[in-house]
Amino acid sequence: MRRVLLADQLATAVLWSIAGSVILILIAIIAHFLLAALPDFTPSFLIADPSTDVIGGVGPVLWNSVYVLALTMLVTVPLGVLGAVFMAEYAGTGRLIDLIRFSQELIGSVPSIVVGLFGFAVFVAATGWGFTALAGALALTVFNLPLMTRLAEQAMRAVPDDERSASFALGATKWQTIRHVVLPIAIPGLVTGVILTAGRVFGEAAALLFTAGLATPGRLNFANLNLLDPRSPWSPFHTATTLSVYLWRINSEGTGPVVDQVANLTAAVLIVAVLIFNLGSRALGQLLQRRITGTRS
Amino acid sequence: MESDIATEMAAVRPERVVLAPGIDVARRVTGAAATVVVLLVGLLLAFIAWNGIALFRHSGVPILEVFAPVWQPDPTSGETTYGLLPFILGTLGVVSVAAALAAPLSLGLALFMAEVAPPWARRVMQPAMEVFVGIPSVVYGWLGLTVLVPFLAANGKWAGFTSGFSWFAGSLVLALMILPTVSSVAYDSFRAVPPDLRTASLALGTTRWQTIRHLLLPASGAGIVTAIVLGMMRAAGEALAVQMVIGNRPLIPRSLFQPVTTLTAQITLDMGNTVAGETWNEALWTMGLVLVTMSFAAVVLVRLLTRRAGPR
Amino acid sequence: MSYAPTIPASAESLAPTKIRVRDLRISYDTRVAVRDVNLDVPEHAVTAFIGPSGCGKSTILRCFDRMNDLIPGASVHGSIVLDGEEINAPGVQPVELRRKVGLVFQKPNPFPMSIYENVAYGPRRHGVSSRAALDEVVETSLRRAAIWDEVKDEYRRKNALSLSGGQQQRLCIARMLATGPEVILMDEPCSALDPIATLRIEQLITELKTQYTILIVTHNMQQAARVSDRTAFFTLGDDRAGYLVEEGPTRMIFTDPANRLTEDYVAGRFG
Repeated sequence: MRRVLLADQLATAVLWSIAGSVILILIAIIAHFLLAALPDFTPSFLIADPSTDVIGGVGPVLWNSVYVLALTMLVTVPLGVLGAVFMAEYAGTGRLIDLIRFSQELIGSVPSIVVGLFGFAVFVAATGWGFTALAGALALTVFNLPLMTRLAEQAMRAVPDDERSASFALGATKWQTIRHVVLPIAIPGLVTGVILTAGRVFGEAAALLFTAGLATPGRLNFANLNLLDPRSPWSPFHTATTLSVYLWRINSEGTGPVVDQVANLTAAVLIVAVLIFNLGSRALGQLLQRRITGTRS
Repeated sequence: MESDIATEMAAVRPERVVLAPGIDVARRVTGAAATVVVLLVGLLLAFIAWNGIALFRHSGVPILEVFAPVWQPDPTSGETTYGLLPFILGTLGVVSVAAALAAPLSLGLALFMAEVAPPWARRVMQPAMEVFVGIPSVVYGWLGLTVLVPFLAANGKWAGFTSGFSWFAGSLVLALMILPTVSSVAYDSFRAVPPDLRTASLALGTTRWQTIRHLLLPASGAGIVTAIVLGMMRAAGEALAVQMVIGNRPLIPRSLFQPVTTLTAQITLDMGNTVAGETWNEALWTMGLVLVTMSFAAVVLVRLLTRRAGPR
Repeated sequence: MSYAPTIPASAESLAPTKIRVRDLRISYDTRVAVRDVNLDVPEHAVTAFIGPSGCGKSTILRCFDRMNDLIPGASVHGSIVLDGEEINAPGVQPVELRRKVGLVFQKPNPFPMSIYENVAYGPRRHGVSSRAALDEVVETSLRRAAIWDEVKDEYRRKNALSLSGGQQQRLCIARMLATGPEVILMDEPCSALDPIATLRIEQLITELKTQYTILIVTHNMQQAARVSDRTAFFTLGDDRAGYLVEEGPTRMIFTDPANRLTEDYVAGRFG
């Protein structure tokens, strides 16, 4: 009996220390980059152009990340939410929904570098566009669409059936019910899903190497508003090296006296972005939840 | 008075209610959106497969040459051999060791979250794990490159590390990256064990650990295997972080402490240096095909496992 | 054994007290769920707990093997003495107490393993490892729980989940008996079962009481009348806390209760 109780206490202690060390590792990783970046950080790093001899900035790269993110979400969110409406409200059970689910799992399993290859073949080579933000965004859509759809579907399935019945009982059509009852109630879940997907897009690099490109970005001319001009930063056809790709690039190809500092700064910016995305999605989700359900806790 | 109300009601009634079947536009539109993913899978599979067999079809490399242990794709430096065995074994080796490193920690973490953690600890752990998943893989790679690799090079001489770039470094970085994935899937499978079984076990006078060890773990066996397979799948597909620390030497892996390479790392490195139509480039597509085959096999395996775990 | 809803005469004889409850109060966080319970549970007899839903009878039952320890925020005050020992005293290990006090749940909850492994689960955890000893305890327990004849051909292989509901419940009783308890707590053990399976369990209870002290919570008044020697009637006070109205020989509670509330309840006028 003593031995059994001792084993129990020991196991409990081990499980606690595993959890504790995982948290410590996470804190250590975050602290490592923040501390490494702190001495060299100036706000201008976020807007200045990259440079090889002095610590420049990641302005254009950050712009590209945001741009590719926005473009990806522009395709992923409507497509994902519509698809999720079908999965949650119309599909029921049967062959089609099984096939869709299986496809989602398959796409979710494809390594992102392979999605990059696919994107290169289709959006870069076959279209003749070359390396563009649009090609990158489409490649990212390929493997984020299943995630977006699944998260949106979960949000809609979480809406109680009573709400639907009540709406049908008032004579509303299926679509009216979805549009005016299900979607509004699912908004907090949808927003959380969108932000989590966005966080993943923001950090992705492998799928972008051969689609959005990894050229060193030069100065961006924001006055050029021609959306078809590959030199305009507003154009979906401009080559768009993102933050993550940039970090990979400078460490594999970069030389110069400040490579390490620039890489640490870039990593720190990425980590802060991740923190903002994750904690932001939680906070926003909860806020919207409270708005929609009244101020109950 | 009553008739007034009736008239008013009639006035606000928008139109006659029609009970007739029509085309449900919404159903069609959303259905089309949902089916996009099926088309994408088909398209992706077709492209990868078609380009993946170009090595044999177009360049006439014998299929079995793929299993050769030598990778010498550069025609300018002599006889070429497109053996992918170093990459396949490298991927399997790196992934297996990563899973072996990550599994105990992940399962411990999942058990902690499912069985031990008080509510406050769970409230801390959940967002922490999300941040863990969210950190971009290049950041993990950069961490491995600037912290782990130099550390191994400086302190690992006795074990056989030379440069620090190694199979082990790749596995360790991957282990860290798949830890949240494995533990969250395992957590779900522990939660799926009905709570009344735990209570029943405790009511027999067993401790919490005995209940975990002899009831919970056996009951969620299939779920645990699923978690590890999904983790390995994610690890096998990871490219940049591994590429940054593994040393990228296309040889059959022999030592944990020496550089090796993986399918993903080689694609990452060589894609930019080759031109479409070149045999070397076609071999990279074949690597992609191998990767897709591996991950599809894992998906099917997971499906079989979940079906077994499903009806209790 | 013939079966008829009789009220055993043995109830009136004074058996030694197995469990003595004094001033028991149970609360969840700040809400008092049960208060002022004083009760003596006699050995080798069946004591039934009856009362309307929410009166806390299951809560009290589960205190006797400290299962309430597992509920966050639950706290127990007062004294519960089992065989002269205070069960909430600091030195008492719940794990040991629960071997001495078995619990049968409302819904049968066999483990997803073979019948044999289900019954052997408790003894194994308590250090029995020899094959022969396990075989013996498994067979004895299955026999005592009156399920042996139905499963003896395949109990080593057959998964417990393939048994019928009534069989599962008797298996759960066998599993509990295998840990060698002295007291058996039954929390509405028949509420998920059909009438025939219920009858089997009731027969079993009557057989078991020669060797065990049994407490049973039931919603079913006839069941209480059929199986128990003594009955305790609980109800909800105006403060929403459960309390013990009266306790006595079952025959007395059902025919000539001291309290008006009891009379109304057993006559089916409320609850």
